[in-house]
Amino acid sequence: MSGTTPQAPATAVIEVSAVGYAFGDRAALRDISFSAAPGELLAVIGPNGAGKTTLLSILAGIRDPDSGSVSVPGKVGWVPQQAALYRRLTVEENLRLFARLEECADVDSAVDRMLDQTRLRERRGDQVATLSGGNQQRVNIAIGLLSAPAVLLLDEPSTGLDPRQRERLWEFVNGLADEGTTVIYTTHHLVEAERYGNRLLVLADGENVFDGTSAELHAAVPDAGSHDFEAAFVAFLRERGH
Amino acid sequence: MRWLLLKDLQILRRSPLVAALLVAYPVVIGILIGFALSGDEGKPRVAFLNEVAEGESFNAGTEGGEFGAEQARDQLCDRVDCLDVSSRAEAESLVRDGEVLGALILPEDLLDRLASLTSLNPEQPTVEVLVNEDDPVKAQLVDDRISALITEANLILSQRISQQAAGYIDLLIDGGTFSVPFLESSIEILGLNAAGEILSAVSAELPPTEREELERVIQFAQEAEENLEFALPLLGAVASPIAVEKDVISGGSTSLDAFAIAIAATVTLMFVTVLLVAGSLALEREENAFTRVTRSAVGAGGLLLEKLALGVVASVTVTLVMLGVLTPFVSIAWERIGLIALAILGGGAAFAAFGAAIGSAAREVRASSLLAFMVSLPVAFLSLVPSGTVSGGVFDALKIFRALFPFDPSLDAMTSALDSSASGIGLPLLHLVGVVIAYTVLARLALRRFA
Repeated sequence: MSGTTPQAPATAVIEVSAVGYAFGDRAALRDISFSAAPGELLAVIGPNGAGKTTLLSILAGIRDPDSGSVSVPGKVGWVPQQAALYRRLTVEENLRLFARLEECADVDSAVDRMLDQTRLRERRGDQVATLSGGNQQRVNIAIGLLSAPAVLLLDEPSTGLDPRQRERLWEFVNGLADEGTTVIYTTHHLVEAERYGNRLLVLADGENVFDGTSAELHAAVPDAGSHDFEAAFVAFLRERGH
Repeated sequence: MRWLLLKDLQILRRSPLVAALLVAYPVVIGILIGFALSGDEGKPRVAFLNEVAEGESFNAGTEGGEFGAEQARDQLCDRVDCLDVSSRAEAESLVRDGEVLGALILPEDLLDRLASLTSLNPEQPTVEVLVNEDDPVKAQLVDDRISALITEANLILSQRISQQAAGYIDLLIDGGTFSVPFLESSIEILGLNAAGEILSAVSAELPPTEREELERVIQFAQEAEENLEFALPLLGAVASPIAVEKDVISGGSTSLDAFAIAIAATVTLMFVTVLLVAGSLALEREENAFTRVTRSAVGAGGLLLEKLALGVVASVTVTLVMLGVLTPFVSIAWERIGLIALAILGGGAAFAAFGAAIGSAAREVRASSLLAFMVSLPVAFLSLVPSGTVSGGVFDALKIFRALFPFDPSLDAMTSALDSSASGIGLPLLHLVGVVIAYTVLARLALRRFA
């Protein structure tokens, strides 16, 4: 593995240790280890089929790892790639329903907080089906935040959004990180990984091949001959036979 | 779980087409079944054309009395709903247009031929039947009805002719007055009894040599009298050779109305519940909400139970609406509401579990709706095949097949609940519990690969 040697931050909110997972005979994840501190924005990138979504589903508790362990002292919020919302319900009804399912202690205040955070208070009574893709994604993320999790997992959060909607989305996510929420996200947009991620985790064929900053990734491939992050990323993978 | 149930009800309320269908379907089915059951008290309509001259009748003997076209009509119309027509063309038109099941024509010479049956030159009476056999089921029904009517008419005539024959034998034995129809006069018949007495009196006055011959005649008269008396009960037996004694050895004596209502209620229950639950479960996946919901405290088991509850709520509502709509048309045993509720709950839960299994297997709303129709319809059809209409082996296979699905026990439970003379509700309810458990387990297993 290249980049900074992964060491558990003194105040780690999530610790992943030697996690492995297989679909039948095919290994999807092999010996994945990392940790993250409060307020950290960790981008998980890699080619298709690298195991990004599988890793997030294990961190979310949807799948149990075949080997290794995941330790999260606090709550984990999970936001799937496609908006997991009831389109016939209003924004507020969706928030209220999932707040109850998440067994939030104070449903009303949790919903109020999310309406403020997503800036959708004025559209609280609108059915989700009538919202733009960007606003639907904000509600989708808001549901992941209802239980005030220490760690928020975002699976390809900007997929299907136009540039303006993407910018507003990252503004919102940065705001969460600034407030201390650890955000782990997967993305195919390398620019988003470079621009918004404090740290990058590169997966290839189920292995963690890099854990560090974007500058460290550039530095790892000095012969790439370009300042372009995407070119550096491709060169990095090629060097390591992926 | 209740929040999920409320969510589903909210979604239903905001889906105008589905909500309207859920209300309209039982109402329409209720009205249709109601009209069908209350329309004509179950009697088929038959056109009746009488070509026999007015007032003409057939004397069926001293005990049989007069038998004319009016009597024939009374006999017929006791069994079917008669529609009098004035011409053959009208009868043909009604049959062709499907206004009546068939037409019965009494020809002009019917009574003459009937009268000839007691003469030395009998001619077989014939009635004419017009039918429209464009539909094989209807054709079979018409054949069965007409055959039954003719058999009954033959039996009545046979009884009357036997009675008349018995009267003649009485006359031969005991003597009396006999009216000759065509001569419009009466003749005195001496009778074997009186003839024997006269011969006995004459015999006492004859010389012994001549008496011996006369004694043989007296002996013949006595034997004829005794043997003819034996013939009387024999004639009665010939008139009604077979008597029917019916014992119900399986199933209750369910009324046709109650059975029809039970079928309508069960079919309604089946379509509404199976489609709703299958579609609702598949929708969880199409909305991408399944993983998010099952990741919460509710879990996959909780979601499945919520869908069963949704199915039961819909079942109770829809079936009660349908029975309520039916009430003005037919008598529903509302005093048995407890049993009716049990039947609806049991059937609703079973159909909901079946729908959940279909929804979790199909995973898409359209596919689950299609699969629900494709499975439910044949199962309902095969569950209504009565014993005796197919071979024993096929029926045994059918019994096993339909026991695997909720329709058959639901229909049994509903029939038992609606009709006090039907067999008990305990066994069907127990069967339904088994069906609920089996399909819930199948649905739970299918949910493992649902996301």
